[in-house]
Amino acid sequence: MSEGPITKDVLVKTVTKILIPPIQLFGLYVIMHGHISPGGGFQGGVIIASSFILYALVFGYREGAHRAKLKIRQFLEPLGPIIFGTIGLICILFSGNFLQYSAIPILANAEIAATAISLVEIGIGITVTAVIFSIFMAMGGRKTDG
Amino acid sequence: MKKGIYFLVLLLFISTLVFTAFSIRSFGAPPNSDMDNYIIENGQEETGANNIISGVVYDYRGFDTLGEVTVLFTASIAFMVLIRRLND
Repeated sequence: MSEGPITKDVLVKTVTKILIPPIQLFGLYVIMHGHISPGGGFQGGVIIASSFILYALVFGYREGAHRAKLKIRQFLEPLGPIIFGTIGLICILFSGNFLQYSAIPILANAEIAATAISLVEIGIGITVTAVIFSIFMAMGGRKTDG
Repeated sequence: MKKGIYFLVLLLFISTLVFTAFSIRSFGAPPNSDMDNYIIENGQEETGANNIISGVVYDYRGFDTLGEVTVLFTASIAFMVLIRRLND
């Protein structure tokens, strides 16, 4: 795989630069509105990861690895299970069952009871984004040194 | 002889499938609807989520989803160990 940019086409690069912010915004919308409209952490995470993949495809492997560094991705990957488990353990702290969100006193009010769901979805979205992009980079970053 | 046995087994298989297909419940009439009725009626007040699928996936079946995310994370680790070369 070539190290530098795959394409020198100005059109493709410009359209990619214009297209990436709306894609990421749509991904955030899908994650944050997961408890109101169809969507959720998994779907929105994949949408955001697709924008990163588009960037890496157009601007090359090096540029993509520079934008989302491996160390940052390795830090973000376990964040979803950690947030999920932490919220579950907080519920035990307030003498509820594991993942019984209504045991948390702030969330007993039905108006904002979906906050826990949103937090969990944000964590899952972060994990899915990092995992999908990491798998893409691991497959695309193989050198054919054979 | 052999063909006869094959034909008999095939007939048994087909008759089982046809019998099952005719004895199945009609669409929209699940055998036990207590739990789905409960979730449909109380899901919005209990979880606060208008999207009932999110209410079920992230609240009622939260433990299942926790397992799913862990599976994804573990798959990523396995992928890194097996596929990745140290040129990132």
